[in-house]
Amino acid sequence: MNRFNGTDSYVATDDLMMAVNAAVTLERPLLIKGEPGTGKTMLAIEVAKALDRPLYEWHIKSTTKAQHGLYEYDAVSRLRDSQLGDSRVHDIRNYIVQGMLWQAFTADKPAVLLIDEVDKADIEFPNDLLRELDRMEFYVYETQELVRAKHRPLVVITSNNEKELPDAFLRRCFFHYIRFPDHETMEKIVRVHHPDIKKTLLREALEGFFEIRDVPGLKKKPSTSELLDWLKLLMAEDIPPEALHSRDAHKIVPPLHGALIKNEQDVHLFERLVFMSRRKP
Amino acid sequence: MLIEFFLKLKDGGVPVSIREFLTLNEALAKRVAFGSLDDFYFLARTCLVKDEKFFDRYDRVFGAYFKGITDVEGIAAMIPEAWLKKLAERILTDEERKLVESLGGWDKLMETLKQRLAEQKGRHQGGSKWIGTAGTSPFGAYGYNPEGVRIGQEESRHRRAVKVWDKREFRNLDDTVELGTRNIKVALRRLRKFARTGAPEELDLDDTIRSTAKNAGWLDLKMVPERHNAVKVLLFLDVGGSMDDHIRVCEQLFSAARVEFKHLEYFYFHNFLYERVWKDNRRRGTERVATWDVLHTYPHDYKVILVGDATMSPYEIVYPGGSVEHTNEEAGAVWMQRLLAVYPNAIWLNPQSDAVWDYHESIRITRQLIGDRMFPLTLEGLDRGMRLLTKTH
Repeated sequence: MNRFNGTDSYVATDDLMMAVNAAVTLERPLLIKGEPGTGKTMLAIEVAKALDRPLYEWHIKSTTKAQHGLYEYDAVSRLRDSQLGDSRVHDIRNYIVQGMLWQAFTADKPAVLLIDEVDKADIEFPNDLLRELDRMEFYVYETQELVRAKHRPLVVITSNNEKELPDAFLRRCFFHYIRFPDHETMEKIVRVHHPDIKKTLLREALEGFFEIRDVPGLKKKPSTSELLDWLKLLMAEDIPPEALHSRDAHKIVPPLHGALIKNEQDVHLFERLVFMSRRKP
Repeated sequence: MLIEFFLKLKDGGVPVSIREFLTLNEALAKRVAFGSLDDFYFLARTCLVKDEKFFDRYDRVFGAYFKGITDVEGIAAMIPEAWLKKLAERILTDEERKLVESLGGWDKLMETLKQRLAEQKGRHQGGSKWIGTAGTSPFGAYGYNPEGVRIGQEESRHRRAVKVWDKREFRNLDDTVELGTRNIKVALRRLRKFARTGAPEELDLDDTIRSTAKNAGWLDLKMVPERHNAVKVLLFLDVGGSMDDHIRVCEQLFSAARVEFKHLEYFYFHNFLYERVWKDNRRRGTERVATWDVLHTYPHDYKVILVGDATMSPYEIVYPGGSVEHTNEEAGAVWMQRLLAVYPNAIWLNPQSDAVWDYHESIRITRQLIGDRMFPLTLEGLDRGMRLLTKTH
């Protein structure tokens, strides 16, 4: 099976499927952008599951260098071994640690490689990976060997848009921007995650959720993953749907709103706005 | 045919490259998308457009280009006739249907509708809202509006294809429009450049371990120069008067700028730069700093960003005593030249839209003074400005 059509635990829109399938067919990297919590990282995991491919995850931090994905030369171990007189010290191969790219390249069947949050790294990071992602090969200087991909893996790269990515890098990728799901898609997503949720609760909760997202001036808008958490809480606490639309002045903010609004200023702002809107007859 | 589309995209301001175009062709050859305009829209977008801020431009070009195609093949190619009929059957009363007949039947109606559709699309893209013509046009009378028509047609893929790019949902992401603190930060970050300068100061632990290990255990110390943010910025902000409309944007710029730079000094001025500036707007009457002092205090490697709408009477710039607030002995233009002589790296950011710049004499003069380095205070303008500032040392 070489086409991705979403899975039973992941709702993919038409354009997302097209982007994934283009990347699978042409064996080029796929760059995914979108608001936090719209399932960028989940996509790679789900694609790997749907296409039955092994998944290699490489999570990027601000200190990550491109070299870490290829291999690392563990000089410290070698230093220690040399002090201890370990015979392993003579073969440099013993101290070459394979990175995620290497592992994905040499996997026995086509793999899925997730490069998560590429924008966290240094601004030059994507440039350092151009040849590796393009030709799917790199050179190990210490042992003078060339590592080449047996099967070109599907590379999924996610970005939160904290840094601009270089043009040369972008040209080599397919690009997809995951939009915030509309009401309809959101309902599908919730159904997938909480199949036994009550219809009324779902409707009320979704309404409340989109209302909160529409509040102007929120520092951080709640995302899909936060909605799912909130619903989980609502179900666990067995909150009746009516509670979400309480007219009681003391309970103006929806129950368990902490799962949705993560910022003290936002909570204050929200309370003020709700209070004002409820005061109107 | 696709080459034409590709060139149209380039003309439309979407940064596309030949490499990406070849990728699209390769994907089409491998039948990733086949036989559906809808699929093609998604495929071409994922291949050619690499930033969501260009989605809107892409939508516009795509809409214009493929509208041309469907026009050639006749409106029937988009199957709207079927859905219109269906809708009309649902909504129209017998009486109204007779009215349709009196207008010349369906063919005539479709012809008129086609014209009307083109008209409305034009107006829509111009940015104003759909205006219902109820009561005057036959379509209004029958409750025609494009949204309504579409609702009746859930299974038509073509309908959706049209809708997707005509909705232009990515309009807000176009960087010539939107400007938020976060966005500004990203743009300012371009200016932030780390440089290693000066004497070696820090122990480079990684390198020391590496070279010691490579030396098979002989300690080999490595040093690196300390890393620091080398960019120094002087920010001059116009306050009061005509700038009141733009206060919010400027506040955002200011808050973004404060976090981005280590060496940031800011000063306020009113309308134009004269012999005095101030740091606290509430105490501008008492605590002023002589502009000469500023010029003498900060070395010439500071980069200068002036923010102001430069909208005033030209006299305020070119004549001594032209200031609206006080009697200035020397003209604003003189002070501007002095500033630029000390800090060659300067840009002017203008919250006024660049579309109106030509209508203001004062903006024209200011632009001339600053050597055409005035940029609109949009993300795109900020980006161009930052690019210019980083280019030179």
